[in-house]
Amino acid sequence: MSDFLFARSQMAMSLAFHIVFAALGIGMPLLMAIAEGMYLRTKQPVYLDLCKRWAKGAAILFAVGAVSGTVLSFELGLLWPGFMEQAGAIIGMPFSLEGFAFFTEAIFLGVYLYGWKRVSPLIHWLSGVVVAISGILSGIFVVTANAWMNSPAGFKIVDGKIADIDPIAAMLNPASFHEVVHMTLAAFVATGFMVAAVHAFFLLRDRSSPFHRAALGLALAVACISTPLQILSGDLSARAVARLQPAKLAAMEAHYRTKAGAPLVIGGIPQDQTMKTDYALKIPRGLSLLTAHDPNATVVGLEEFPRGQWPNVRVVHWSFDIMVSSGMLMLALTLCADVLWLKYRLLPNNRWFLRGLVAAGPLGFLAIETGWVVTELGRQPWIIYGVMRTREAVTPMPGLVVPFVIFTAVYIFLAIVVVFLLRRQFLETGSLVPAQPSGVTRA
Amino acid sequence: MFILSSLIVYALMGGADFGGGIWNLLAFGPRAKRQREAIADAIAPIWEANHVWLILVIVLLFTGFPRGFATMMTALNIPTTVMLLGIVLRGSAFVFRKYDVKDRRRWSNVFGMASFLTPFFQGVILGALTTGQIRVEQGRVLSGFMAGWLTPFALSCGVFALGLFAFLAATYLTLDTRGEPGLQDDFRRRSLWSGLALAPIALVVFLTSRRGAPAMYYELTRWWAPVLLVWTSLFAGAALIALWLRRFVLARLAAIGQVTLILVGWGLAQYPNLVTPDVTVTNAAAPEFTLRLLVIALGFGAILLLPSLAYLFYVFKRRERG
Repeated sequence: MSDFLFARSQMAMSLAFHIVFAALGIGMPLLMAIAEGMYLRTKQPVYLDLCKRWAKGAAILFAVGAVSGTVLSFELGLLWPGFMEQAGAIIGMPFSLEGFAFFTEAIFLGVYLYGWKRVSPLIHWLSGVVVAISGILSGIFVVTANAWMNSPAGFKIVDGKIADIDPIAAMLNPASFHEVVHMTLAAFVATGFMVAAVHAFFLLRDRSSPFHRAALGLALAVACISTPLQILSGDLSARAVARLQPAKLAAMEAHYRTKAGAPLVIGGIPQDQTMKTDYALKIPRGLSLLTAHDPNATVVGLEEFPRGQWPNVRVVHWSFDIMVSSGMLMLALTLCADVLWLKYRLLPNNRWFLRGLVAAGPLGFLAIETGWVVTELGRQPWIIYGVMRTREAVTPMPGLVVPFVIFTAVYIFLAIVVVFLLRRQFLETGSLVPAQPSGVTRA
Repeated sequence: MFILSSLIVYALMGGADFGGGIWNLLAFGPRAKRQREAIADAIAPIWEANHVWLILVIVLLFTGFPRGFATMMTALNIPTTVMLLGIVLRGSAFVFRKYDVKDRRRWSNVFGMASFLTPFFQGVILGALTTGQIRVEQGRVLSGFMAGWLTPFALSCGVFALGLFAFLAATYLTLDTRGEPGLQDDFRRRSLWSGLALAPIALVVFLTSRRGAPAMYYELTRWWAPVLLVWTSLFAGAALIALWLRRFVLARLAAIGQVTLILVGWGLAQYPNLVTPDVTVTNAAAPEFTLRLLVIALGFGAILLLPSLAYLFYVFKRRERG
């Protein structure tokens, strides 16, 4: 492999690792704030217990998310100095704002985690709310920077040089809105399903635990609200991509030939040589319907672009299909839960439904990871879409295999430790709660 | 305009270093379990917030001075990567230590070792920027990837940074452990020793700068340098005397003053260079409009952050309720 590919691999690996913690860092504070709010309203100790235990898990996730985020901000320069030299002045703004949002989050997380005995209950809850809001804001700022890479705005190119920089226009680029909505909801969906899975697992062992029942209820509520919205925002995103990055959309859908009334291609093996997708399921006029809400609309195919500007069609197409299928499976589960709730006013207690929730736990994160593969690989070969190629931005530094191997090893090690520690937290939860059902008191 | 924003960046760097100082304490000597616990207790609530200073410095650097950032990250790729590994290991080991009751010692050791690595390389990086050996022409780094940071000057800067943070952190901890006289005495001794050790290290830095960083040496021998030096020494002396007399609040204030002056001095000697001699705050700066927005953002950020930070300290530095 070349240094260039190692640089890309290291960036991809770092992002894939960080995004899990970032999404949980957005989702968990929301759950914690809801749980504590429920406690303040109902005074049922089970909610306070829940909130404290979630907070312990969140502290571990937050710390690892913070260091992996630091690594990323350095890697932008360590691996892509050519990109940062040009883009820093244009999209540094959202990163700076993200810095402040993250700072606020860190400060109030300190108050939240260590201030149980030091501030009043209301202030404590408000700190949690601030953590949740600033977490969402940091996510939004970072995603606008990525959106800019996909649909650059806020500058002109005069004689091959970047001029007339307007960082505000760059932040509010055409891709910002749909990317931000899609990612923020994704964080809630993924966190909701992951937390629901953990507590469904313990409920399967002990159906009477009020602790896990309450936890499952809150997590499912978040999942049930955010998942259908996420499907809608997915539709919004797909139509925006069709408009802004037709080559990416064509790769997502393995759509080679420009066509009116184009079919939707699901699965299969895209063949760049023959420009056909073998063994795929095809829904007539599906693609036209989805991208333009018109069964006869014309959809631009990959053939319109020079071969050198195609992304990796197979990886992008398959990742896209995996993301969409995960989304649909999760939608089905949330609809089941909705029906149960509307019909019986009951939280799901059925063994098979709980097992389904356990199995669906990782789906949200699977969708996030494959979704980012679609966004990032679908943008290639560009680092700034249509302006700068990724290859032009890479560092001249040789031997990039070394940092790639070291950071991969460190991250694998960290992931193992985090899973191990969280597992122990949860197991403690399982054994402690029956022993002290209402033993949690406020000091 | 440029001066203003660069000064802010420097001030923030100072902030990052204070944070760094507190953390690095663990690496400086504490043997007993109770000492370790005291350190962790003092750091824990403000840990994440301190961490963000570094992110903020980097982000402001690449927004305000994108060319400077690109140059540093290319020419100093190796020491930066090593420092980054230190940050990752330290950040995770610290929180693992808290939640992994069984293997606490092992995580403490990882945390301690990484705490050596990070500030040492931070010092090396800052030193390397000054050596004048990193050469840039039209945005391309000509001097390769080893230039500057392996010189005696840069390495002694690394040692100096380590010593400085160790001293600062030990001085802070004398206040944080006021409930336990034995513990407080441990930190007082450490603080005194590291404070005394700083003087010869500083001398080495100064002497190596003559050959290792001529531009810096030249600046340090100009009219303002002795003034600054006198003040810095006064603060340093005051800190040591206060420690000796067990006036710990005074010691903390004097130590803060001392470190601030050292950083200001470094900033003045370095100005207007970012990477001596080719990259300066003028030729590496982002366009005017970006800088103006950045300053506005910094203003709003400060309005939001400083009270929050003050509140955090207020909550944790007073005694527990009830």
